[in-house]
Amino acid sequence: MLITAAVIALLPLALPNNYYYDVAIRIGMNAAMVVGLNLLIGYAGQISLGHAGFVGLGGYASAILTSRYGWPPVAAMLLAMACVGAIAFLVARPILRLRGHYLAMATLGLGIIIYMVLVNESSLTGGNDGMQVPPFTLFGATLANERAWYWATGAVLLVAIWVANNIVDSPLGRALRALHGSEVAAQVAGVDTTRYKVRVFVVSAVFASVVGSMMAHYVGFITPQVSGFFHSIELVTMVVVGGMASTYGAVVGAAILTMLPQVLSRFEGYEMIAFGAILMLTMIFLPRGLLPTIAARWRRS
Amino acid sequence: MSLLAVEALSKSFGGVHAVQDLSFEIEQGKIHSIIGPNGAGKTTVFNLLTGLYKPSTGRVVFDGEEVTGRDAHELARRGMSRTFQNLQICFNMSAVENVMVGAHLRLDQRLLGCMLRLPAVKRGDTRCRDEAVELMHFAGVGKYAGAEAHAMPYGALKRLEIARALAARPRLLLLDEPAAGLNPTETHEIDELIQKVAASGTTVVLVEHDMRLVMGISDHILVLDYGRKLAEGSAREVRANPEVIAAYLGTLSESQER
Repeated sequence: MLITAAVIALLPLALPNNYYYDVAIRIGMNAAMVVGLNLLIGYAGQISLGHAGFVGLGGYASAILTSRYGWPPVAAMLLAMACVGAIAFLVARPILRLRGHYLAMATLGLGIIIYMVLVNESSLTGGNDGMQVPPFTLFGATLANERAWYWATGAVLLVAIWVANNIVDSPLGRALRALHGSEVAAQVAGVDTTRYKVRVFVVSAVFASVVGSMMAHYVGFITPQVSGFFHSIELVTMVVVGGMASTYGAVVGAAILTMLPQVLSRFEGYEMIAFGAILMLTMIFLPRGLLPTIAARWRRS
Repeated sequence: MSLLAVEALSKSFGGVHAVQDLSFEIEQGKIHSIIGPNGAGKTTVFNLLTGLYKPSTGRVVFDGEEVTGRDAHELARRGMSRTFQNLQICFNMSAVENVMVGAHLRLDQRLLGCMLRLPAVKRGDTRCRDEAVELMHFAGVGKYAGAEAHAMPYGALKRLEIARALAARPRLLLLDEPAAGLNPTETHEIDELIQKVAASGTTVVLVEHDMRLVMGISDHILVLDYGRKLAEGSAREVRANPEVIAAYLGTLSESQER
């Protein structure tokens, strides 16, 4: 936690221009989201292949409320969180009774439904063309440049990590890890496993919603692609590559996979192939993910 | 009054009658054993009692209230706790955390408190960790208090499960073959542990193949064969029952010859 704070505080010294600030901001936002998703996938052992749907919902809720109804961005963001949480709660109960492949298929379907709604409700969302999002203002101050966004994102990421770590090391987090380790053991210990899966699903959806709102305001434009299938897969990949059940692993995963497209951009058109290859190679050689594997090596030597 | 009453309980899996028309009572504060040859339905009975299986017909009354078909976590809330024949340890957690999971229902699990690590949650957790370590010592696995669960040997894991079950402070503790796979010394230690638990006022139900253990510590024995009750009574009564000898002890002496 302190190390992360130090990295966030000192990183600007190494960022020569706005392009690098931009990359750092995207890393921070993705990291905050993936830290939340890791609670669901890494700790509780439940898969979601439709999580970008919640990013889209949060982003569009902010975009629509601020641009069409003139809401202040903070209020829009909070209402988006509440709505996304409520939607996640409603769909989670039936979906999270499913396991393994069936859960994967159901969450995949959920993501596709959200994507289709965002595309088709074009009177509100602008359809495939997307829509403009006004800049983020707080107490009359506008987050105008990359520097301001950098600090805001850093703060959000730290809060995300703090909350995630608190959850993991609490009765709630132990219940989640227990139902991952042995569902019957958790049940006979008194854990209402469905209820806890729903809780973590909602929490991770709200994390996604917050970042969705922030991204919409930061970029100033939003299209349904944010809730697309590929984005969902990207998020899961960040969790898996960085390390399941490791909050800092999630941050590392987000950093690597956010930078990767920039590095790979010279292979234009083939980035996705590299992306897929990295996922496959991680599963084969580092099934526990980057950070846990390194940590285990470190402890052994 | 009995703590647990089972009336005409049956469970069939697609035409196979695993448990048929079984009735028995568990008395408060005693050690009960359920024995029978392999496939007699002992573990099925445990799964029915603890809510992991739903009975096909029949009733389960726990502490004067009908609990037939209730979910496992609800029965846990009412004071049932159990271990498993094939270990159900959470290998993604440390040993002491496994025990702490057992105390789940006594802890503050509210979302906001956990997210913000409110002082009350923190205090409860610290106390719970101390109690868990104490329980591990009680169960004879105190030296693994700092270990990860996946680094522990089999015999220790069996006791870790007992510690976890005890962390719930159950009124009824169901132990499914606690001595399976243990050597005689370890079995003897489990024997002592069960007696300590019973002496502290917890009612114990035991499924076990080790006859010396069963005959030595049980106040009451229920014998199952092909999912039906064959006999019940004290150790002496059961041993003297000709049907039991024919159906069960016969196979036992064969296994002893090996």
